[in-house]
Amino acid sequence: MPIYLESVATAFRLMASGDQDLMEILLLSMQVSLTALVLSCLIGLPVGAFLATRRFTGRGAVIGLFNALMGMPPVVVGLIVYLHLSRSGPFGWLGLLYTPNAMIIAQMLLIIPIITALSCQIIEDLHEDYRDLFTSLAVPPGKAVKAYIIDARYSLLTVILAGFGRAISEVGAVIVVGGNIDHLTRVMTTTIALETSKGELALALALGVILLIIALAVNMLASWLKSRASRRAYA
Amino acid sequence: MPDRLTPIDVTGLTLMSGGRCLLDGITCRIEAEGITAILGPNGAGKSLLLRCLHGLADPTSGAVTFGGRPGEASMRLQQSFVFQQPTLLRRTVIENMLFVSRQRGIAEADVQSWLEKVGLTALAHQPARLLSGGEKQRLALARGLLTRPSILFLDEATSNLDPASVQMIEAITREVAASGTKVITVTHDIGQARRLADQVLFLARGQLIEDGKAKSFFSKPRSEEARAYLEGRIVV
Repeated sequence: MPIYLESVATAFRLMASGDQDLMEILLLSMQVSLTALVLSCLIGLPVGAFLATRRFTGRGAVIGLFNALMGMPPVVVGLIVYLHLSRSGPFGWLGLLYTPNAMIIAQMLLIIPIITALSCQIIEDLHEDYRDLFTSLAVPPGKAVKAYIIDARYSLLTVILAGFGRAISEVGAVIVVGGNIDHLTRVMTTTIALETSKGELALALALGVILLIIALAVNMLASWLKSRASRRAYA
Repeated sequence: MPDRLTPIDVTGLTLMSGGRCLLDGITCRIEAEGITAILGPNGAGKSLLLRCLHGLADPTSGAVTFGGRPGEASMRLQQSFVFQQPTLLRRTVIENMLFVSRQRGIAEADVQSWLEKVGLTALAHQPARLLSGGEKQRLALARGLLTRPSILFLDEATSNLDPASVQMIEAITREVAASGTKVITVTHDIGQARRLADQVLFLARGQLIEDGKAKSFFSKPRSEEARAYLEGRIVV
């Protein structure tokens, strides 16, 4: 028990002191995960809406594929990105391996399936509700997709926050493609892995506490938004 | 000025589903003006016929012409459909109206005017889904009429509503019909059909049993099914 108390105390001490290394790690973690999240939303939400509202041959297989990809092991994603970005890989000339950009790509591959598959389910329900109205009003497909995303915004926000949770807590892929290089690609999760291997449990746990606080805050925000939306009949 | 979409001529309209004939060779002319009521017992195919006319359901065979021209998707821009269960966007009352007005380039003053007409001005910034059943239907009607349609389809738009809302919707329906909008309404309410209709189409078992002036339909129904229906007997 003392080690937990000690680590919590260390966590708050580090945060209160504004420790430069810690802040750098925190900042990079947020920067990488938020960038991956925004880019994944730009791709995942329209694709999810498209799959939810259009009928075409193989649609079920595509949705099944996205569902399956939600459970893809991060180290496998890391390995795939590594193979493509390594010097001998097809995109080696870009020189992205062991940079934050490589970590963003890896996180995107992990969260795009989550955002696509879950938004597809949510928008599909809304589409059932709106289909006749939109047909009657002759709403063009592009405007319909925009309307679905706007009207499902609170439910989609929960999906987006789930994607963020997956990205910020990810370690397997970013350690493979980022290399955990100090002051360059070291993020919270990779630091925890490193400090644990060095036996620096207090610091590792302190970072774990910070990660937990972020995860908790994100979940509380999601719950609050959802209940607020339900109360106002927007959900 | 858009081309007239009336009268509507229905020829041999048939709709089969799951081996069952839901609409059976319906042929009729829906008059160019006034209010046409589609009456009949449950399962007669009234709503389905209305959906076929508006293009929300595809008939297996048969044809519908509007003002002599074959029906096409673009004609929906001159039509509005009010559903039995009003479909409202998960937005405020006014945003539901603005969704349509922005799409069709309609002035915001018209939005305000319609909200006032249906008595929803005070609720303009309330979430639409929190309105009562009557308020929701009035909003759906205002949204439908915002585009000044040539044809207004009402699918049991007043069922299960409070008397005040029914009265308001009937008054607006009469007003728009008088101003030149063709109204086609499906209703279970014989009293309402008596109050509103100029023409009646009576359906049973997916077939058109009677088609004629409302006055003669209610005073001298020609078929046994129509007589039974008007007397409140069960029509199988």
